[in-house]
Amino acid sequence: MIKVENVYFTYPNGVEALRGVTVRIEDGEFVTIMGENGAGKTTLVKHFNGLLKPTRGRVEVDGIDTRDASVAELSRKVGLVFQNSDHQLFSETVEEEIAFGLRNFGFDAPTISKRVEWALNLLDLVEYRKSSPFMLSGGERKRLALASVLAWDPKIIVLDEPTIGQDYQQKVKLREFITQLNAQKRTVIVVTHDVEFVAECRPRVILMSHGEVVADGPAPRILTDYDTMTKVSLLPPQVTQIFLRLSDLNLPSNIIDIYEAKQLLSARICKAGSK
Amino acid sequence: MRVFEGLKFKRASTPIHKLDPRVKFFVSCIIFITAILFNELLPLLILFFAQLPLILIARVHREWMQSLKGASIFAVMIFIMNLIVGYTSPTFGYTISYSLAMAIRFLVLVASFSCFFLTTSPDDLGLALEQSHIPYEFCFAFTTAVRFVPVLANEAQTIVDAQRSRGLELEKGNFIKRVRNYIPILIPLIVGAIRRSLELAEAMESRAFGAKKTRTSLYSLRMKSIDYFVVIITLALFLLAVYIRMAVAIPRIEI
Repeated sequence: MIKVENVYFTYPNGVEALRGVTVRIEDGEFVTIMGENGAGKTTLVKHFNGLLKPTRGRVEVDGIDTRDASVAELSRKVGLVFQNSDHQLFSETVEEEIAFGLRNFGFDAPTISKRVEWALNLLDLVEYRKSSPFMLSGGERKRLALASVLAWDPKIIVLDEPTIGQDYQQKVKLREFITQLNAQKRTVIVVTHDVEFVAECRPRVILMSHGEVVADGPAPRILTDYDTMTKVSLLPPQVTQIFLRLSDLNLPSNIIDIYEAKQLLSARICKAGSK
Repeated sequence: MRVFEGLKFKRASTPIHKLDPRVKFFVSCIIFITAILFNELLPLLILFFAQLPLILIARVHREWMQSLKGASIFAVMIFIMNLIVGYTSPTFGYTISYSLAMAIRFLVLVASFSCFFLTTSPDDLGLALEQSHIPYEFCFAFTTAVRFVPVLANEAQTIVDAQRSRGLELEKGNFIKRVRNYIPILIPLIVGAIRRSLELAEAMESRAFGAKKTRTSLYSLRMKSIDYFVVIITLALFLLAVYIRMAVAIPRIEI
């Protein structure tokens, strides 16, 4: 469980990135954090594994104040996957890259090779095991970055902008993957701008703006709140926009799912046709 | 990363900022040469403190202090090295004073060049180089390097964060281990810098870099009377320093 209590954070250069954030994330939850550029999303998740310590207020992970634990201790529980995988890949082979975290956390050799095997399979990287990480494509590098964190099986997984630069098929895979992780009782936190992606995942949504939480609730409620969404420089999903514009036809305005929309519309058309 | 903080230029219009960059560079170089002329504590201390008024006029004292703080660890190392090597001297007191002088000499160099970089915009610097008839490719390479220092510092911080999130503890282990701990930081940083430079080259070529042999600039630097004045004063002080070096016995401070 992550407890963020009235956290303020100011960077050394004087930029106040968080201004009184209070959030509670329970075990096994699936949460996305959205908001405009510079809203403080990344700053917030960097507090979850202690990379940043609050200037004021407190952050607790499983009851431990992040100020009392090292980044390494916290990272064992909270696996943070950075936005740009190029900022972390350095090893000679894909296998080595995945083993890096495991070595740092002091796993023994048999466990390391078992976990590496598991992570390679999980993210479909087996054929590249002996390749250099720098030879992989953008999408593969992103998957490798993810594998290298999942390998030590953190209880809480934080993904910063995982959908950037991914084609549709990769996004579908990613969504299935995240849902699967969440089904295995892991807490998943995703920082993203990708409204359509969030609409398909239906998580809890936390909206941030100028270092504050401006809305927090289930995806169907938050994503269809046109005013709040536009305030943080986001637009509701396209299907919601259509339904919002068709509001004089007496259609519901809280639709974020294409399948649901299709059901509703075809029922309506059938009814109109039978008259 | 603190050392870089002290090299970041911030736009301001104090008399020091307005000086011709060539003049400022000249002054910094003269301070550099003067510092090398002397290895006694007293003149080096004077040289160090003589820069304070300039820093205060330019209102960059905070950034300046920061770069000195960053450099102080090296100054301490220089002090200790000189102490260990124990310059062939009659007394231990003299060794200390000599080692201290060497540390101060280093700080004088950092201080003067920090002052130069803090008060000279990279654009002015590029212009100064160009007008000194240095080929434009070299000027461009130099200004780009200066321009990318903060970008790289930023990127280094992100990489450190990413690797710490994977359980890397930079401060752990003996000396060799600690040095090795930096490999996961340096490789992504270097690879990133190379990639960036290739991209930059492509972007420049697509904007017709080097299409014409002769370039004109929108702005050009012109020496004003204050600039000449500063050059003359600096030269006079330098000649005085050379005279003192050759003809005056400098009092030794022994600790």
